[in-house]
Amino acid sequence: MSASSAFSDEKGGSSGEPEYGHDPASGGIFSTDYKRHDDLKEMLDSNKDSLKLEAMKRIVAMIARGKNASDLFPAVVKNVACKNIEVKKLVYVYLVRYAEEQQELALLSISTFQRGLKDPNQLIRASALRVLSSIRVTIIVPIMMLAIKEAASDMSPYVRKTAAHAIPKLHSLDPDQKDQLIEVIEKLLADKTTLVAGSVVMAFEEVCPDRIDLIHKNYRKLCNLLIDVEEWGQVVIINMLTRYARTQFLNPNINESLLEEGDEKAFYASDEEEDEEKKVEASALAKRKPYVMDPDHRLLLRNTKPLLQSRNAAVVMAVAQLYFHLAPKAEVGVIAKALVRLMRSHSEVQYVVLQNVATMTIKRRGMFEPYLKSFYIRSTDPTQIKILKLEVLTNLANETNISTLLREFQTYIKSMDKDFVAASIQAIGRCATNIGEVRDTCLNGLVQLLSNRDELVVAESVVVIKKLLQMQPEQHSDIIKHMAKLIDNIQVPMARASILWLIGEYCEHVPKIAPDVLRKMAKSFTNEEDIVKLQIINLAAKLYLTNSKQTKLLTQYVLNLAKYDQNYDIRDRARFIRQLIVPTDKSGALNKYAKKLFLALKPAPVLESPFKDRDHFQLGSLSHLLNAKASGYQELPAWPESAPDPSVRNVEIPDWSKCTSRKDRKEKKVEKPFYSDSDGESGPTESADSESDSGSRSESVSGSDESAFGSESEESGEETESDEEEEEEEKMKKKRVEKTKAKKPVVESAESEQSSGAEDQKRGRKTGKDRKSASESESESESSESEEESEDESEEESESDADIRKKKAPAKQPPKQSKKVNKKETQEMSLLDLDDFEPTPASAPVTPVNFLSSSLVSDLEGLSLTDTILAPSTIAQSASMKMCELLHRIRGEGLAVEYCFSRQPFSPDPNMVAVQIQFTNNTSSETKTIHIEEPKLQSGMRIREFSEIELMSAGESVTVVMGIDFCDSTQAANFQLCTHTRKFFVSIQPPVGELMTPVFLTENDFKKEQGKLMGMNEISEKLTLGEKCVNEHVIVERVTATANLSRVPCGSDKECRFAGKTVSSGCLVLVTVAMKEGRGAQLTVNCEKMVIGTMLVKDILQALTQ
Amino acid sequence: MIHSLFLVNASGDIFLEKHWKSVVSRSVCDYFFEALERATEPENVPPVIPTPHHYLINVLRHRIYFVAVIQSEVPPLFVIEFLHRVVDTFQDYFGVCTEAAIKDNVVVVYELLEEMLDNGFPLATESNILKELIKPPTILRTVVNTITGSTNVGEQLPTGQLSVVPWRRTGVKYTNNEAYFDVIEEIDAIIDKSGSTITAEIQGVVDACVKLTGMPDLTLSFMNPRLLDDVSFHPCVRFKRWEAERILSFIPPDGNFRLLSYHVSSQNLVAIPVYVKHNISFREGSSQGRFELTLGPKQTMGKAVESVLVSSQLPRGVLNANLNPSQGTYTFDPVTKLLSWDVGKINPQKLPSLKGSMSLQTGASKPDENPSINIQFKIQQLAISGLKVNRLDMYGEKYKPFKGIKYMTKAGKFQVRT
Repeated sequence: MSASSAFSDEKGGSSGEPEYGHDPASGGIFSTDYKRHDDLKEMLDSNKDSLKLEAMKRIVAMIARGKNASDLFPAVVKNVACKNIEVKKLVYVYLVRYAEEQQELALLSISTFQRGLKDPNQLIRASALRVLSSIRVTIIVPIMMLAIKEAASDMSPYVRKTAAHAIPKLHSLDPDQKDQLIEVIEKLLADKTTLVAGSVVMAFEEVCPDRIDLIHKNYRKLCNLLIDVEEWGQVVIINMLTRYARTQFLNPNINESLLEEGDEKAFYASDEEEDEEKKVEASALAKRKPYVMDPDHRLLLRNTKPLLQSRNAAVVMAVAQLYFHLAPKAEVGVIAKALVRLMRSHSEVQYVVLQNVATMTIKRRGMFEPYLKSFYIRSTDPTQIKILKLEVLTNLANETNISTLLREFQTYIKSMDKDFVAASIQAIGRCATNIGEVRDTCLNGLVQLLSNRDELVVAESVVVIKKLLQMQPEQHSDIIKHMAKLIDNIQVPMARASILWLIGEYCEHVPKIAPDVLRKMAKSFTNEEDIVKLQIINLAAKLYLTNSKQTKLLTQYVLNLAKYDQNYDIRDRARFIRQLIVPTDKSGALNKYAKKLFLALKPAPVLESPFKDRDHFQLGSLSHLLNAKASGYQELPAWPESAPDPSVRNVEIPDWSKCTSRKDRKEKKVEKPFYSDSDGESGPTESADSESDSGSRSESVSGSDESAFGSESEESGEETESDEEEEEEEKMKKKRVEKTKAKKPVVESAESEQSSGAEDQKRGRKTGKDRKSASESESESESSESEEESEDESEEESESDADIRKKKAPAKQPPKQSKKVNKKETQEMSLLDLDDFEPTPASAPVTPVNFLSSSLVSDLEGLSLTDTILAPSTIAQSASMKMCELLHRIRGEGLAVEYCFSRQPFSPDPNMVAVQIQFTNNTSSETKTIHIEEPKLQSGMRIREFSEIELMSAGESVTVVMGIDFCDSTQAANFQLCTHTRKFFVSIQPPVGELMTPVFLTENDFKKEQGKLMGMNEISEKLTLGEKCVNEHVIVERVTATANLSRVPCGSDKECRFAGKTVSSGCLVLVTVAMKEGRGAQLTVNCEKMVIGTMLVKDILQALTQ
Repeated sequence: MIHSLFLVNASGDIFLEKHWKSVVSRSVCDYFFEALERATEPENVPPVIPTPHHYLINVLRHRIYFVAVIQSEVPPLFVIEFLHRVVDTFQDYFGVCTEAAIKDNVVVVYELLEEMLDNGFPLATESNILKELIKPPTILRTVVNTITGSTNVGEQLPTGQLSVVPWRRTGVKYTNNEAYFDVIEEIDAIIDKSGSTITAEIQGVVDACVKLTGMPDLTLSFMNPRLLDDVSFHPCVRFKRWEAERILSFIPPDGNFRLLSYHVSSQNLVAIPVYVKHNISFREGSSQGRFELTLGPKQTMGKAVESVLVSSQLPRGVLNANLNPSQGTYTFDPVTKLLSWDVGKINPQKLPSLKGSMSLQTGASKPDENPSINIQFKIQQLAISGLKVNRLDMYGEKYKPFKGIKYMTKAGKFQVRT
């Protein structure tokens, strides 16, 4: 109590007031207690915040110590609306603690929270909901239900997160609400913010963990969001997804060849594509590939892997168990390193990790073998850790490392920690049973231990030796003999008893020694400990049965001694045995079976790990740790025999929102004629870009290059003041940027040949598609189909499309031009160009490393540009701009938004990729104040917004440019596009080729730079050029269409070289295509950023192999 | 998830309790006390204790047991990690995490616990966010609060929770912009009797103290990133960038934080900076034992080995030790049998030694176990793995920060077997 009084002294700064918790010695018990509470009440009733605060602090201190403060409830609850924020918070603390006990009074506070729920500030709404839902009073269940439902559709993700937290609270208060709550959970599961994801999955796990069907549609989204969810949420999501994956995917470790899922895939395909694509479906079936792991399964593995690097041990463990339970054998190894790292952490963490490692090592020993030494034991480890480490070491022992291990074990035996020594001896025993080669060594070592002074060591050794000998006694009669000799020296009763048992049990193997031992023991019988005496009797009996000639007298002597022993157990035993073995007239039927009874073959004890078979519990779980089912544990389901329909995870997207399937695309095409006017640019022409790609670029670059230099360096000088260190680098970068800028203005004329245009267009589309298929993007329904298939198709399609468009194009151009008089011709050309690619928009943003679910994709979008750059000259031209849809006209309620990568330098910030965005107002009314809000970016990404478009009259189109710094990653940039009435979530995801800008290099420079980027930075692929890649010209065209690179002059006409640098970090990207005999070619990409390099190779490869 | 939390001090008193759901009686801790009694050493209490209706998960830090009560299946590491986070937060707030500090600040503790968990599920655990919600107590503020009646609770709403970089508070302002990074490496080693290395590895951390205005975006690159075999990051580090370029790119939290922990790949041979010559022997039949210990520098790259502390758990049979150190001081606790020798700095010219005799219980047989020797030391300005920071760049802000990098090597679990 003295501690607590000191405690309250410190609390109440105001010495004038009576202290609450003063010494019992100084005052009465109950009466004064009430008095004291009266003081607190008075303080609470005062109108001074400081007094109230003081009172509340003391009350909270009481609660903290577990004292009852419930009689203050009415006085406290009055202050729930207090303006002082700290008083308010403390009142909340009190309220949540005692509301259960004072239900009626608690209701007084409810209206305050109800008011709070309507507050315009999201944080106040959230905290009101949080407290309201924490008050465990059944009567307010309907109010809570209502509040949760409302909050679940709140604008603010933070409030929605709080709603998710409130769900399990309400569920535990009133389980009857389950059905309604599940609806809310379902709704929140569809939420796309990382803030909500963890909390709602937690609610899911508590309320309805068996409703796996709710996860289907959100599976891909959850996988993709995972890395950005806060760490606690990650743990919950990963554990849930492990269970989910067990029900939905096939075991990757068995029957891999049998897992073709052609049928499902076909259904799946047909769902998406419907009748129109029957033909395609047929070809899909024909070409279907042998089974590979379900892409969704792969997605999960891939997206969780980086989390092994988390600083949070729980996250690492969650990923480790996911890999252990779900990954193909070959891939599980990655978790070992991370788990070993956790061993450096607090001992509690070590304890849990070691338990799990112990289980894993039984099944996948190889995985931890390289880390054997990390499990070596230090004398400073707590005993429970030592024993677990020993377990792991034992599991890891094999022929190669056993000698090292045994040496290590030898030091352990000398430890002061006797429990640990005993465990070490057992470990040696287990190694000996598992590894035949060392059995004898171990036995010898153990035999030596028999002379140890420590009883525990000896007893443990004897027990272990006994077990070992029991396995193959015939080979070890010499050890039995040795032990027989030891009996003269060993004093530890337990050990003597064990030796005697051994000799008795295997007396047939040591026929000469056994009777002699018995003789010695008979001599010392009276001086032995009781357990030894019992074993002497036992030995005598066994010998009598096998060798009665020599031992009959000895046995009778021993039995006689025992008959008069002080211990009644021994007397009993002697009597019992005498009746059993010595035939007399009275002896019963059992006599004949005596030999069978005594010398029955006893099964050898099995030395196995206590961790065997623990893996039927989900690793990392409480149940696994306790090796018993904890309440609320969800069994890890067995793998299904055949995979359930994977299409359940497809997210339906309304036809019009995204062109994710071919059907959609077709519909679009059909629509075009109707909407062509309002759309403005549905007409397909091919434009200028094709040419800039092919020939003219390199020349124009070289021309403009020099002039650009001057202005360049000036600018860089200004901007780099901030950091001298960087200056040089920066300068280089900027120079390059300017160079490209200078080069860009080369405008292509609109009249490029239709034919080449058509081809170009086809190519553009194809690359788009290929990229998609290469990425195995789960978001695409076609993911399961083979690449070739989609390629074929696209070829077909594009061919026919191109024809149609060619015809249409010339007709449409004139009206468009007239509409946009204010814009430059060049710009218009590029817009047309963009349009052309409209049919493939969905595929374009999907790049290999990113697996955005289509739902996600549909959410993203974004673009913006400052219009300072809008100068027509910059917008113009440039290579193959594929217009992608950002916001469909229907989803956008009449506002259609498309974007393309204009390949212009973005002048306000050279590290940004310029994205050109076109808004078209298809409504009959004006749209006002279009701007960007709340960018949600991957860390490091930046957005330079376009300036607000104040007004767009009906039917008008406006083009703006925004800059995005993608940080050289193909992560999507997400943001909201706002009009005066609505907000739309959109996202832009760049193909890898757009993350770079061209750089001009001479042949020599190129070679020099290439020389610096060898080794890991170089990626080479052999390829066979597609049919149309007949000459250099086409190759150049295709490469530059795929990536924003410039051509580097080259002496040989068998080689094409391209150079560029990444926009945000300025790393050089060098591409070489060397043509060989026939169609063969070699593609080499040198880039410091290996990820970029790899993706680029993939893209270019696809462009060239068509 | 986490139902309740009890704080238990070394003498087994519950001095704080907090419940996030219905109240769980503190009698549930009786199961914990039972386990505590059974355990021979305080650290041998099993971290997870099942009871008929609940499970107790506890961690021991600063001689306080943090006992969490849970009712149903939850990953044990989840709870353990959270409890450690709670301790870290207390330490961050109060400087130390002792019973006295917690009792002094019980209201702040309660407010913190309230914010950290909602219904038993972690809500805000980032120290930057918490500090926005609840200001850490300082002496000045305590005085001011007592006089003015103002509060520790942040007036402005915690926008950090809503931001894209939840670990950084908004509106940070400093007049001196500084960023300090400490590269600290620890050598974990086991050296056998003959002086050869059984196992040795280097674990390192990069701790940062960043006081920068606004939203700086930092990149830190190493000269030899390939040394790093296994890494774990603060959530602020952009993993993709590391994967692709081996560069640490991040928007730092404000204040102190651990940026990175790493493990140096095991292929590299580890330089062992000190060696120990020892001769500890007991003779059969004699009540005396010899004790000789000499330390010397080995591979120290020319740097001084400082703050050397040697400790050894002598066998139970040893009654007393009568030793003579050539430098520093030694203590021997006859109850715990712990010998510790504070050596200080190793002078290569005159190697420190500790020599003398141990007296044993008369009549007792010679102890058959050998004490192992634990060594602590520090080497300033050296990262033993050879890791070097190449450069630190800042983007996103205009000012020029002051940057500092410090290297240090320490002994981790450095043990010599005798």
